[in-house]
Amino acid sequence: MTLCYLVASVTFILGLKMLSNPASARKGNLVAAAGMTIAIIGTIFLYEEDGQKLGNYGWIFGGLLIGGIVGTLAAKKVKMTAMPEMVSLFNGMGGACAALISIAEFNHLLREIEQGGNAGEHTGKVLIIALGLIIGSVSFAGSMIAWGKLNGKVKDYSFKGHNILNLIFLAIALGSAAYLVVNPDHHLIFYGILALSLLYGVLFVLPIGGADMPVVISLLNSFTGVAAACGGFLYNNKVMLTGGILVGAAGTLLTILMCKAMNRSLLNVLVGSFGGSSAAASGISKQQGAYKEITLSDAAMVMAYAHKVMIVPGYGLAVAQAQHVCHELEKMLEEKGVEVNYAIHPVAGRMPGHMNVLLAEADVSYEKLMEMEHANDEFKTTDVVLILGANDVVNPAAKNDPASPIYGMPILEVEQAKTTIVNKRSMKPGYAGIENDLFFRPKTSMLFGDAKKVLQDLIAEIKTV
Amino acid sequence: MLQWISDNQQTIYIVILMIFVGIEVIGRVPSVLHTPLMSGANAIHGVVIIGAIIVMGKAEGDNYLALILGFLAVILGTLNVVGGFVVTDRMLEMFKKKK
Repeated sequence: MTLCYLVASVTFILGLKMLSNPASARKGNLVAAAGMTIAIIGTIFLYEEDGQKLGNYGWIFGGLLIGGIVGTLAAKKVKMTAMPEMVSLFNGMGGACAALISIAEFNHLLREIEQGGNAGEHTGKVLIIALGLIIGSVSFAGSMIAWGKLNGKVKDYSFKGHNILNLIFLAIALGSAAYLVVNPDHHLIFYGILALSLLYGVLFVLPIGGADMPVVISLLNSFTGVAAACGGFLYNNKVMLTGGILVGAAGTLLTILMCKAMNRSLLNVLVGSFGGSSAAASGISKQQGAYKEITLSDAAMVMAYAHKVMIVPGYGLAVAQAQHVCHELEKMLEEKGVEVNYAIHPVAGRMPGHMNVLLAEADVSYEKLMEMEHANDEFKTTDVVLILGANDVVNPAAKNDPASPIYGMPILEVEQAKTTIVNKRSMKPGYAGIENDLFFRPKTSMLFGDAKKVLQDLIAEIKTV
Repeated sequence: MLQWISDNQQTIYIVILMIFVGIEVIGRVPSVLHTPLMSGANAIHGVVIIGAIIVMGKAEGDNYLALILGFLAVILGTLNVVGGFVVTDRMLEMFKKKK
């Protein structure tokens, strides 16, 4: 069994490393999965404690089967655009698993004490159990809320003093855990900690906007890793320890990297709500002037006769589910000799990689997707930029307005192109809730309407050009 | 304190080393891979299922609480593992180069 655990730990490290490179990513996933399987099977058949092997095979395999079937079905049937929520959902499952383990072990411990054990020698165990419970529950509750936010079921909600109240809950939970370590014999306190942790998890995620969910999920991901490591401490189980700490550390770094891509600090993401900042930003952009609208036929004309067109996809494209029509447009333009590429901003959409996944679903060639830096070099030689439901990622306020909540975030420099056409449903602000000065610039014109319909009409027009 | 460190030194070594490994491995990841990587890491922390299996395996036949908790935990853990790896695979399917 030790060998199985060793192999599994190595596959986790290797798998994760391979996942950071596009060429080896898919194999990396399989490698880690194989390792996990080895660890699971090894545990079932080879685990021994005090000379006793594991029993209840029926229950174990039953559970594995149910979880396996439901998990596979859920993961396979869900739409590509729902992938991020699934990550959150499954993360929550892991957190809940860790919490349940803590509950079971706590009861086991209490029983041992009742049967005449000395409470004092269990101090370390109680601490680990309590930590596993808190971290697992916070991760579970938080992940469930994040899941709800990403599929639109949960709205943003916060109130004054929200953060202080939540920190108080956390403090009480931790304090109770400390008390419990010294006096383990208190069921109620244990379950109180459980309740407080769940509450903390909920309140922690509730005020954070949907656009920031990826960062939150990454953070919760590393929490669950730590919870798993707690389990590893408890059972002196090397593979749980390595897997848990690996994910805990990697997840934390990934969270920080994601924040860097948005040029915001983690604290800002977690605590800074949009309520305060947009009041300041809108003070600047009152004087905007008028925007120009462009007709479908003009848009079709200018695009059909362009040499280079750059499409900037955003959340609006996903909402309208217009990715397939977009691909049609791209093909049509290419038939007319236009070079078409896509400029993908790292935080366009609701998740890093969201746009890539969306366009890939529509069979758009991977080579046409340009990362922001590459795209920014191309804009100077681009004739037409077509912005489809993207807003904040092309907002010049990020460069010019220090009071803006998105200030400092690198954007797609579409202004360098000859002309820009913006497709939105209306003039309403995007996710950050701020005005976008780009819409009022001289080289920009607006093309209002639902992305899918507009694109379909555009295609029809281009056919006649 | 020092006694505790020397008693647990193996564990401490593992924790410290894994932290460094975790950080190293994530090193330079293109932002487009952030999400699949997160999903993969998500699946890996499903290793918590091992703990659930142990709980289940050690539960005595009459300890219904442990049996039920264990059973639930195994299901949840499996969901994390299986769901996690399948979702990651689906995300990565999209990265096949079109010929």
